[in-house]
Amino acid sequence: MRLQKPEATVTFTFDGRRIKGVAGEPVSAALLANGIKLVARSFKYHRPRGVMSAGSEEQNALVTVGRGAQTEPNLRATTLEVAEGLEVFSQNAWPSLRYDMMAVNDFVSPFLAAGFYYKTFMWPRSFWEKLYEPIIRRAAGLGGLSGETNPDDYEKAFAFCDVLVIGAGPAGLMAALTAGRAGADVILADEDTAMGGRLLREREDMDGKPAAEWVAAALAELGAMKNVRLMTRTTVTGAYDQGTYGALERVAGPRQTGKPLECFWRIVAKRAILCAGALERPIAFPNNDRPGIMMASAVRAYVNRWGVAPGKAVTIFGNNDDAHRTARDLVAAGIKVAALIDSRDDAKVSGDYPIYTGGQVTATKGRHGLESITITHSGGTRTIRTDCLAMSGGWNPTVHLTCHMNGRPTWREDIASFVPTPDSIPGLVVAGACNGAFSTAACLAEGAAVAADVAQGLGLNAAVTLPAADDGAYAITPLWAVPGKGRKWIDFQNDVHVKDIKLAAQENFRSVEHMKRYTTQGMAPDQGKSSNVVALAVLADATGRGIPETGTTTFRPPYVPVSIASMGAGSQGKGFAPERFTTSHKATVDRGAPMIEAGLWYRPSYFPVQGETHWRQSCDREVGYVRNTVGICDVSTLGKIDIQGPDAATLLDFVYTNMFSTLPVGRVRYGLMLREDGHVLDDGTTARLGAQHFVMTTTTAAAGLVMRHLEFVLQVLRPDLDAKVISVTEQWAQFAVAGPQARTLLNTVLDQELTDKDWPFMACGPVGVSGVQGRLFRISFSGEHAYEVAVPSRYGESLFRLLVAQAEVMGGGPYGMEALNVLRIEKGFITHAEIHGRTTAFDIGFERMVSAKKDCIGKAAASRPGLLGAGRQQLVGLRAKGADHVLTAGAHLFEKAAQEVRTNSQGYVTSVCYSPTLDTYLALAFLENGRARHGEVIKLRDHLRNITEEVEVCDPVFFDPTGGRARG
Amino acid sequence: MGYSGFRVIKEGLFGQKGWKPVWRDPAPKAEYDAIIIGGGGHGLSTAYYLAKEHGLTNIAVLEKGYIGGGNVGRNTTIVRANYFLPGNSEFYSHSLKLWETMEQELNYNVMHSQRGLINLFHSDGQRDAFARRGNAMINQGDDAILLDREGVRAHLPYLDFDNVRFPVYGGLLHPRGGTARHDAVAWGYARGADQRGVDIIQNCEVTGIDIEAGVVKGVQTTRGAIKAKKVGIVVAGRSGQVAAMAGMRLPIESHVLQAFVTEGLKPVIDHVVSFGMGHFYISQSDKGGLVFGGDLDFYSSYASRGNLPMKEHVMDAAMTLMPMIGKAKVLRSWGGIMDMTPDGSPIIDKTPTTGLFIDCGWCYGGFKAVPGSGFSFAHLMATGNHHEPAAKYRLDRFRTGVGLMDEEGTGSQHNLH
Amino acid sequence: MRIPCPNCGERDRREFYYQGDAVALNRPAPDAGPQAWDDYIHNRDNPAGETRDIWFHEAGCGAWLVVERNTVTHAVHGATLAGLVKR
Repeated sequence: MRLQKPEATVTFTFDGRRIKGVAGEPVSAALLANGIKLVARSFKYHRPRGVMSAGSEEQNALVTVGRGAQTEPNLRATTLEVAEGLEVFSQNAWPSLRYDMMAVNDFVSPFLAAGFYYKTFMWPRSFWEKLYEPIIRRAAGLGGLSGETNPDDYEKAFAFCDVLVIGAGPAGLMAALTAGRAGADVILADEDTAMGGRLLREREDMDGKPAAEWVAAALAELGAMKNVRLMTRTTVTGAYDQGTYGALERVAGPRQTGKPLECFWRIVAKRAILCAGALERPIAFPNNDRPGIMMASAVRAYVNRWGVAPGKAVTIFGNNDDAHRTARDLVAAGIKVAALIDSRDDAKVSGDYPIYTGGQVTATKGRHGLESITITHSGGTRTIRTDCLAMSGGWNPTVHLTCHMNGRPTWREDIASFVPTPDSIPGLVVAGACNGAFSTAACLAEGAAVAADVAQGLGLNAAVTLPAADDGAYAITPLWAVPGKGRKWIDFQNDVHVKDIKLAAQENFRSVEHMKRYTTQGMAPDQGKSSNVVALAVLADATGRGIPETGTTTFRPPYVPVSIASMGAGSQGKGFAPERFTTSHKATVDRGAPMIEAGLWYRPSYFPVQGETHWRQSCDREVGYVRNTVGICDVSTLGKIDIQGPDAATLLDFVYTNMFSTLPVGRVRYGLMLREDGHVLDDGTTARLGAQHFVMTTTTAAAGLVMRHLEFVLQVLRPDLDAKVISVTEQWAQFAVAGPQARTLLNTVLDQELTDKDWPFMACGPVGVSGVQGRLFRISFSGEHAYEVAVPSRYGESLFRLLVAQAEVMGGGPYGMEALNVLRIEKGFITHAEIHGRTTAFDIGFERMVSAKKDCIGKAAASRPGLLGAGRQQLVGLRAKGADHVLTAGAHLFEKAAQEVRTNSQGYVTSVCYSPTLDTYLALAFLENGRARHGEVIKLRDHLRNITEEVEVCDPVFFDPTGGRARG
Repeated sequence: MGYSGFRVIKEGLFGQKGWKPVWRDPAPKAEYDAIIIGGGGHGLSTAYYLAKEHGLTNIAVLEKGYIGGGNVGRNTTIVRANYFLPGNSEFYSHSLKLWETMEQELNYNVMHSQRGLINLFHSDGQRDAFARRGNAMINQGDDAILLDREGVRAHLPYLDFDNVRFPVYGGLLHPRGGTARHDAVAWGYARGADQRGVDIIQNCEVTGIDIEAGVVKGVQTTRGAIKAKKVGIVVAGRSGQVAAMAGMRLPIESHVLQAFVTEGLKPVIDHVVSFGMGHFYISQSDKGGLVFGGDLDFYSSYASRGNLPMKEHVMDAAMTLMPMIGKAKVLRSWGGIMDMTPDGSPIIDKTPTTGLFIDCGWCYGGFKAVPGSGFSFAHLMATGNHHEPAAKYRLDRFRTGVGLMDEEGTGSQHNLH
Repeated sequence: MRIPCPNCGERDRREFYYQGDAVALNRPAPDAGPQAWDDYIHNRDNPAGETRDIWFHEAGCGAWLVVERNTVTHAVHGATLAGLVKR
């Protein structure tokens, strides 16, 4: 029921029923205004539940919003804003919220006590996966995901400030005003749609006027300050190292377009002031979970802020003075107060309604909505008709963020609550109710004082002026659980009640962490915000310890549940990792080449031509280009590192196993690089362009790794060396021109004639490429007479097109990764399929490349006994019986007659291809003592693909073993 | 006291009054035949198997906090045997077999759910590496199935097959892979050990190891000195500190690994899915929460908590792989302390001190190893001989280079795994 | 986590690559023997508390740094260019 007719309404639906609400108010307010009490079902027992709070701590009123791909489960009706057309659904109920079949759990609940599932469902064994688990899974869970691709926009952003003020209640507003006036760069963040905190919810005066007026003035002043940024709908979710905070901003409601739904902020603050307020806690009494039983502060929020009466005849049950406000506010709003029950015998309270001091609620009635309560007090027992019970077990300061770095809160007996332990988060100070200062005046004073102190720490001068405000004392006598029979709920969300906690203690789950994990107390979406302290008190009682000795569990980030889409914003689809394109990308795609990922790069798999229906046809043709005429391949993705300086050669001698200081200018050498653990890191060629100038080539995959490695060597291991390295991978476009006609082709594009005398195998140097200054390297990854020609990247595309056009004139053309792979396997050249991180120079037959004349990275470790010797698996070639005998990479190798089990596995296949040159399948493999076994016939077994083949072990160089073609 | 459905119903009818403590809280004795330092999963299972397999019942488990409070209670609950290097293959295979009979043996339901694990691959090269792995698994007698893209789609229709940065080429399905309720494993072994007479002593921190002439004599604790003929160190996350009490310096660096859980959701992910390109793995608990994790934060740490960059990276990976997950909300994240060895594989070995044994270095793979590690460590402590499936987990393999087990191929030196 | 780069000022952890213990600064002589190399490559003090380790400002200025920090609190006390550290 609304206290006043609203000026304008919008229409939304709840389970299909059309409901009028006020735009911007929480859905919970609109449901209460329309007399809807039953809004949800609980997790385990499917108990009927209603709205319990008026904030993000809500335990009961979880709903699903939207349809199809936009379905969003587990939203709190208390923070979800009403908008025209919003579709809200109840969840965890079937077939309907009112008649939920799973509520049968509630009737068999005596058999479903805490941890019952650890004690049963074990026989017969196969029934767990077939029967029990599927039933449990279907019954559990809250809302459901749509299973469809997320269609909405989310964002991430960074922000920086001097002072982050978390929470904009009286303490936070006062802190922001004080710091802002002093000139600090301030961010004030609050999770509510409007700032003001409790001042928006309580009837209080400040400076003799309604508090709301002071809030409006404060916000106007803050809004006018250029150094202050106000962030509403923004929950600070986590505290991290060095003043980094995570925050979730709900930017737009589900129905707004053109805006992201949410933005996840990374806020870096020199200092932070936590003014997160406090959360009211419930009291455990029998059936305290009926729809209509709410927190007292929530009742006041609905009445005072949203103009909604949560009931017609409200009862109040509390153990502290704060509860009495509720009765006063209800009377002021013209709502009937059916009774005020204060558990304290000595409570001082007066009012024009029935008052029971020393009283307790011992029973409630009304399955789908509260109908009556039974109370026991000094005068006896009495049943009171009521449709709304406002309960208050006292206040818990919102200490959560201060626990995110393993801080433990401190128990304060006077307020029967935990407060933050100072310095739990470096750079963060606490003020107001979250520090245990509950009156408005105290909040204002603390907010101003800590902000002034923070400003001073930043070298700023702050003046403190405080408005006059309510300074009522807070008195409480703890009442955690009402004695007597019946289920007294503590964690409403996970359906944990007093007996569950006592059972945990009885079974020796006495540590608070054991109790939590055994009963699931505090593990629901609210992380036990409202319930943990009550649970601790019950556990303390059950184990005969005090609350401080019992201790708390650890609050972990995030403070409120955070969508994966917000923290992963921007990564959906291709956004996960950068895409790197070569200069020939467009020309390659234009030719219909399928592109494959090579690290972050895209490279062509093959270049199909008309009439080809299978990749093998294209691949075989491209191999033929290189073996018979000429082929062109973009090799720009290989890492290129420019190395210069007087000690450049010394650096290379140190990082490569072999010598580079002896390399003449104008020559290229193949080099092998180890990690310090003695295994192969990478390989490639390095060209000496000048006495103090080298260009190193790395594999595509290891380009970044090698660059980092070289910097490590130069800065950490050998700062004495005078050399500099820089990556030039993206500055140069480089193309392999490979095949018997390579020189002929290059002579059509180079400015000077290539001759064998001037450009022997492994020569390098500057060349003019159609008028552009370029570089030429006579190197070969195919075993053919070949070159790599490099030009500045801006000429890359035109050079590629030119080279391909000339190649096609000569009967050749471009080739892709498939052909490149065949060409290198035919020659026994290794890639990361072979140097996969576990191989040594010895394994690949390169142990003679580890120079005895000098130290190098990895040399000492490579000489360990385990990295050498016949027991190691060594690189070999495998030749199939013929073209019909398919070999597969990943297959294992066995002696011909051996059983195919682990203890008999002697090796495995790393790379395979069909060789059109040799018309058979070839493979590279690692085989125990393989180099001594050339000529032996062994068995290849691939269980996964059910392939068994006899193969002949041979030298890994299948084609042109003397290398005459590359030199010729 | 036996657990059964009948018993649950009986206790339900009589107010749960008959349930007894799952383990006792005895005071420490002056002397034991063997002491296990560390009441985590591995320590408790070691005690259980010492008692059950070797008849050693005069033993104590000393735990500085509460049992099961370390990594066994803060992991992503994955149980699998899909290793491929000799040493790991046979160990995890043995461990998985123990998992498969654990619940009946312990009379404790740890909700071991063999729902199948799928490792995705995204290039021909990765497929070949997974084929090698799958074949090694079958060589070992475990199960593996190579799925192509359509095969993956049949199991995981919700993945992004069309617009993802690293397209799914296929996957390696390990049908016997799955999950379990992590805390229950610790409690189940604690109960089993306690029933066989093992003293489980909580809030008892070991502050020193007594060694005379190279022979272990006992330990100093916050609850006094305790003598013992044999002592086993099983303290993941604190291995370096406890080993230092015996003068050892370990090949271990401690790192933080974060994990995440969402609010409860109706069943949506039925397998364990592992996305190597994004260092992301996920499953759904029986309660409905999506449980997932990623890579190390990559800085040595004992803080049991992590920072935003890795959290965001994990969410990034989730969004590119399975964008249907976006509206699930992370409810809690936490961190565990990982004993990272250079090659990423563990250590179960004797130490230079006679009678002192160590079980450590489980990196981020310790949960699935709980039964196997306890079984093999108990064997070593009781017999003095290495248990065959764990025989390669030697401490000296780094010095000699013999039997390094670098499953990732990133190197057998620190901070590469 | 934020690291104070001597060249760039305080920057977010995500700009840095972590290498490991600062033992890396003291590479043994080639003939130092297996124990020295084992200690260099593998064995660690692995302190729970104050530590010195090596980071690379990879997405920044490219400097290798020796960072002094605490492994329990994550407090970062300072960073020095690796090339300037006495060894």
